[in-house]
Amino acid sequence: MPLDKSIVAPKTEKELSEFVKATIAPLRILGAGTRPIGSPIYEAVLSTSNLKGVTLYEPGALTIVARAGTPMSELNAVLVAENQRLSFEPMDHRKLLSTSGEPTIGGVVATNTSGSRRIQAGACRDSLIGVRFIDGAGNILKNGGRVMKNVTGYDLVKLMAGSYGTLGVISEVSFKVLPVTEVVGTLILNVSQVSTAVEAMSRALGSPYGISGAAFNPSSGQVFIRLEGTENSVKMRGSSLSRLLSEFEQQIIETDYDRNSIIWNTIRNVTSFSKKSGDVWRISVKPSDASLVTIALSPAEFVLDWGGGLIWALVNQQLDVRSRLGAIAGHATLIRSKPGAEKKFPTFHPEVAVIDLISKNLREKFDPRQLFNQGIFG
Amino acid sequence: MMEMPVPSSIILERKSSLVLKLQKILPKGSVIHDKYETKAYECDALTAYRCPPMCVVLPETTQQVSDVLKFCYLENIPVVPRGSGTSLSGGALPTADCVVLGVSKLNKVLEIDYDNRFIKVQTGRTNLSVSVAIEEQGFFYAPDPSSQLACAIAGNIAMNSGGAHCLKYGVTTNNLLGVKLVLMDGTITEIGGSFLDAPSYDLLGLICGSEGQMGVVTEATLRILRKPEFARPVLIGFDSNEVAGACVSDIIKAGVLPVAIEFMDRPVIEATEAFSGAGYPDCEALLIIEVEGSEVEISEQISIVSSIARRHKPVEVRESKSNEESAKIWLGRKSAFGAMGKINDYMCLDGTIPISSLPFVLKRIGEMSKEYGLAVGNVFHAGDGNMHPLILFDANKPGDLELCESFGADILRLCVEVGGCLTGEHGVGIEKRDLMLDQFSKEDLEVQMKVKDVFDPKWLLNPAKVFPLSVSELRRNQ
Repeated sequence: MPLDKSIVAPKTEKELSEFVKATIAPLRILGAGTRPIGSPIYEAVLSTSNLKGVTLYEPGALTIVARAGTPMSELNAVLVAENQRLSFEPMDHRKLLSTSGEPTIGGVVATNTSGSRRIQAGACRDSLIGVRFIDGAGNILKNGGRVMKNVTGYDLVKLMAGSYGTLGVISEVSFKVLPVTEVVGTLILNVSQVSTAVEAMSRALGSPYGISGAAFNPSSGQVFIRLEGTENSVKMRGSSLSRLLSEFEQQIIETDYDRNSIIWNTIRNVTSFSKKSGDVWRISVKPSDASLVTIALSPAEFVLDWGGGLIWALVNQQLDVRSRLGAIAGHATLIRSKPGAEKKFPTFHPEVAVIDLISKNLREKFDPRQLFNQGIFG
Repeated sequence: MMEMPVPSSIILERKSSLVLKLQKILPKGSVIHDKYETKAYECDALTAYRCPPMCVVLPETTQQVSDVLKFCYLENIPVVPRGSGTSLSGGALPTADCVVLGVSKLNKVLEIDYDNRFIKVQTGRTNLSVSVAIEEQGFFYAPDPSSQLACAIAGNIAMNSGGAHCLKYGVTTNNLLGVKLVLMDGTITEIGGSFLDAPSYDLLGLICGSEGQMGVVTEATLRILRKPEFARPVLIGFDSNEVAGACVSDIIKAGVLPVAIEFMDRPVIEATEAFSGAGYPDCEALLIIEVEGSEVEISEQISIVSSIARRHKPVEVRESKSNEESAKIWLGRKSAFGAMGKINDYMCLDGTIPISSLPFVLKRIGEMSKEYGLAVGNVFHAGDGNMHPLILFDANKPGDLELCESFGADILRLCVEVGGCLTGEHGVGIEKRDLMLDQFSKEDLEVQMKVKDVFDPKWLLNPAKVFPLSVSELRRNQ
């Protein structure tokens, strides 16, 4: 967490609201600050780290509600005790970004952070069923709730997810959770070409075997395809999958729990880029375009997740990734670079004028005094 | 009774000239203005409320949608977008001074991509026909509202529709990748596409479920999935609603995730038996639980479900052994609404509650039913707590509809009190509009209306829905 400016960390939602009402200075909104992005303009830091604790957990209803500053470790421990989990498998940015501290659930929501299971279980925004937040006028607002099917009024829950603290300060979040599966099995293929890797992953993802992860690490020349379920089920689906992909060179189906954790943590958290110099870009395209992307960028290193739909690229500093991508449909986010780089390359992919205007107008409605995380979204 | 705003006399007086101008914008036969022909559009599936619109337009292209909207924007005419008109909440109910914009002619499949697992369609296409277009290759589109034979993707997006199988696959918003959107001023734009998680704000998530109040969606990119190898239901009968409710919670807690958990109580069981002869057991409540996957998975899951059910002393546990048996188990559930409709007029509610409150809420509904003197049947998606109490009334009996509506409102308030919400999948429309302040504070609604201000600053798109009229009055009459 930056220590150069004063830090305010309210202990209650009401205190948070009072503070926002009274303040006139632009604020940097933070959870634990493990996922810094862009260069926000601010005079003080507003942290949710003192808004802690699970406020409601009903395993039989698959729902959990927690205050925004609740550390992920605490939330996960509560869920594991009932053999449940957040199904979207949020990424931990600490190694990639060389940050420290305990990531918070509010930070996960504000950045809509997901993981490899995104392709099966959806993103953070898909599991999120309710939010409470404080808008720029200091109003305490709520949307959604604690039930998993809810179409009452507009879905501001989705809007708040991934809004990077620019529309309001999230104070509480509710999630639909899922049971932890008994067994994990990962089919490992030896593949050298991106196009071959994507072909294998697409075939697996188009199968009825319920794939919960599909990734490619070109450095090791390995494709990883994950199955989860009961022991018998993983075994049966594993052999069906193995038959389906018989034309690709297969290693094993890894079923050791710890080795699986290492494989998928490495992919999800992009730890292979840790401390290596260069800019880190996160690129989302349709999987079949992954090979075009890697040709266009010829990155120093890259990792494919989401069956090829998510590309993590480590490139030379100042490489103009977006112009290299040209007409390939999708978007690229500058996740890590030297401070000030976003002056040349905006952090987030520029939008067409209509969408840009809508976004700007939304910000003005939610935060008319321009207090929250100014400069992150341009 | 729900009120609708007084139609604008200025617009009504200009009807013939406005219709003429719309006819110039659109191809021949695309504008319906005859007072008999517009009757077909006077209501949606909430048939208690009817009002023929000023006229109906049926554009054939996104550009024509844009042209119509731009014209209405400049002339300050309200527009009510319409998919197939199957809304149960009055989402497509016209006002006398409005133009109904139907997307039914926009029904083409634009692109199918199995490698990247998406389909791009025009939104007038029906839900089921999306799945039909891809079933040969073994794929399907997951959201499956009961009206899927008729309902359009446009309406599914507007209402964020669900269905019986969304416990596993999610609702529309979880399966929508991109849209082509026409704003009220005629601007055409795209949000999302064939890739995941569009940058900037999640406008796709915002559009989905906005009840046609932010723009008209003419094209949609939808996630498609490979069909599971097999699916099989098990039917379990109980001698009380409470026990059935407790069983649902125990199944979910045990780590099994069925694709569907459907609940029916005695009034509905009896009605469907008389109607369809599905051979259901004589009991107070029954659950239909469907699991899917490989044969091994199915056997495992069914045995877990059955053993949990047996702990709750069921009247009967019936595991399907064949496709015929499966069809028979689903037969009663699928004909439930029709069967109830045969007994009487009914109003179908849609509140969602935390599953843990199921026994309490069912008991309270029973008590309220006696207080109001109106019978209620319950048939719903129990896995996600989305209830569908059906209140029986006699539309021809003076005062009965009003009594039914106030009973319904009390049930929905009960849903909110226990931590749930007014609507799980049907939408607010006009039906739940006046109850919004029971769930939200004025500030909560104000911020939602500010979002509409951004997309539709003149409040011309479906303006009299979702928000209580008193709350939206200043904006509608600006």
